[in-house]
Amino acid sequence: MTPPPHIIVLPILIPLIAGAIMLMYDERQRRLKLGLGILACVLQLGVAITLILRTGGSSELGRNIVTLYLLGDWPSPFGIVLVLDRLSALMLLLTSVVALPALIYAGAGWHRNGQHFNALFQFLLMGINGSFLTGDLFNLFVFFEVMLAASYGLLLHGSGRVRVGAGLHYIAVNLLAAMLFLLGVALIYGTTGTLNMADLATRIPQLAPADRPMIHAAAALLSGAFLIKAAMWPLCFWLPNAYGAAAPPVGAVFSLLTKVGAYVIIRLGLLLFGPAAGESAGFGAQVLAVGGMATMAYGSIGVLAAQDLGRMTGNLVLVSSGTLLAVVGLAMVYDDAPMLTGALYYMFASTLGLAALFLLAEPIGRKEEGIAGLLAVTAEIYGLDPEEDDDEPRQEGTAIPGATALLGMAFLACVLVVAGLPPLAGFLGKFGMLSSAVQRAWSLPGMWGHWAFVVLLILSGFCTLIALMRWGIQGLWANSDEPPLPVMEALPILMLVGTVGLLTVQAEPALRYIDRTAEALTENAVYIGGVMTAPPVGPEPLAPEPLDTEPPDPGPAEVQP
Amino acid sequence: MELTLSLGIGVLVASGVWLAMRPRTFQVIVGLCLLSYGVNLFIFAMGRLVTGAAPIMPKGGFVNPDAYADPVPQALVLTAIVIGFATTALFLVVIMAARGFTGTDHVDGKEREQ
Repeated sequence: MTPPPHIIVLPILIPLIAGAIMLMYDERQRRLKLGLGILACVLQLGVAITLILRTGGSSELGRNIVTLYLLGDWPSPFGIVLVLDRLSALMLLLTSVVALPALIYAGAGWHRNGQHFNALFQFLLMGINGSFLTGDLFNLFVFFEVMLAASYGLLLHGSGRVRVGAGLHYIAVNLLAAMLFLLGVALIYGTTGTLNMADLATRIPQLAPADRPMIHAAAALLSGAFLIKAAMWPLCFWLPNAYGAAAPPVGAVFSLLTKVGAYVIIRLGLLLFGPAAGESAGFGAQVLAVGGMATMAYGSIGVLAAQDLGRMTGNLVLVSSGTLLAVVGLAMVYDDAPMLTGALYYMFASTLGLAALFLLAEPIGRKEEGIAGLLAVTAEIYGLDPEEDDDEPRQEGTAIPGATALLGMAFLACVLVVAGLPPLAGFLGKFGMLSSAVQRAWSLPGMWGHWAFVVLLILSGFCTLIALMRWGIQGLWANSDEPPLPVMEALPILMLVGTVGLLTVQAEPALRYIDRTAEALTENAVYIGGVMTAPPVGPEPLAPEPLDTEPPDPGPAEVQP
Repeated sequence: MELTLSLGIGVLVASGVWLAMRPRTFQVIVGLCLLSYGVNLFIFAMGRLVTGAAPIMPKGGFVNPDAYADPVPQALVLTAIVIGFATTALFLVVIMAARGFTGTDHVDGKEREQ
């Protein structure tokens, strides 16, 4: 049984409607808003799981069912379409799996530190989900801006000097990125006359030689915008400040935002400049590979240099996104589906681990004296003001016993996932990437890129391990007093860690799904065919309007007597 | 017309980039505004420059597309203007808040030491 086709638009509609309803209530109705928000997130999770099941497909179809939703029911290359394939379904699931715990965590106190937290949270989800679903470049811009506008509000949530300062830089950088995005989109439209991604993929191989530099310039501008979002070195300097300053639940959902940038790079890079793109094949792959590796190195050094867990996690976000970008760059040149599988699986696991780390940072750091004293010595350098602690959320709910033990175990699980150590899911992803990279480099001579990637991947995991363990010793072992831990804060952390555990235990079906996702990504024909051949679904599909629909005018006959 | 327009876009973008790099928040926001004007004109120009042609075609029958302006960039630029305006307004509010918190209009929140 297949669910009705309208289910595809639900990941956009649910948060839109939930957020709009929340705006009707004022801030005294926080509990109601929170309940509504959690309900919306649970619904989105359900829809995401249904959509994942829907994209199954058989081997004849490249194991990828591409489902279209024609907004406005215009035929495919002309109207705006929503496209659901394996990759977008996977990203939707990741979004809802991270969003639900973050919202529950915010319900423990953070959502009362400012206005409209719950509504902004839903609008952010709407923008993220929309970016994953859309099949049209300009529509992507609109969803991107919805996401960014909500993220500006969320970053400033809780206010305070540090957040406003970080928000100022964050907004300025993203406004510049939006300009690059618009320039790229306009140039693509001016050169090819279409903004539909699948249509673009069919037109790029047939471009006239004179137009080819134009489309390359457009792609470079466009990817500039996405690489700022995905935080590739040297466009990443804004990230650790902004993510470190954000409130913990906001930081947790922000770990998704870099993945939106990376998703668009994967989607457009492999669709437009994959091996089928004729003369343009592999355009920009070297930049992605080198830039991704530089990001990994920069992030690893940043992790070692950081002193508080929030900033450390911000740098780990860089490592995770750099790994993904480097693999996409290498995969674009060599059509390397197995490596992409490992990277996507690692991305899924590491995003969960990073979100959990953002949430863990606050309960562990709340009551500590030792590390706070240490930080106060060097905080000046980082522009952090140690007196800024008056925006701590008020506690509610009963504190659970054994908090340190629980937090310690959760922290350990996060470290294992993010650093990619056995037995948790991060290891499986990293091992997948390493083994296929080594295999590839072994069989062909002169694959220096792959060797460099292997070395950097191992080194970045090592740096992560050192930095996080050092912090764990100070934050957990050297810290004798039990931090108060309400159930509302423990539950989301356990949910995230539990999801990682599930991903590890159920690694076989998960890896099979992701493997086929990667396969489908390297074979564009299914995606393009799915988007271009879809008929309109309305009651009168594309009925060409008869030329003379007006009734014969009886006027002149009557005038003539 | 092409030369005038491209010079105009070039001057707007160049001034915008320079101002966006300046240390005062007011200069940054004016720079971002100029940049967005330049970008909007650029989008508009991507529909090819024609004078005196309507972007809306009559319904039914054969229409000669050469006699009409391309409507898509005009629709795009309208969206871009609205979004750009809204985010710039938001940026202005954040700048005011930062000024209130730090007491200076430097983008880093503190003056550089002499």
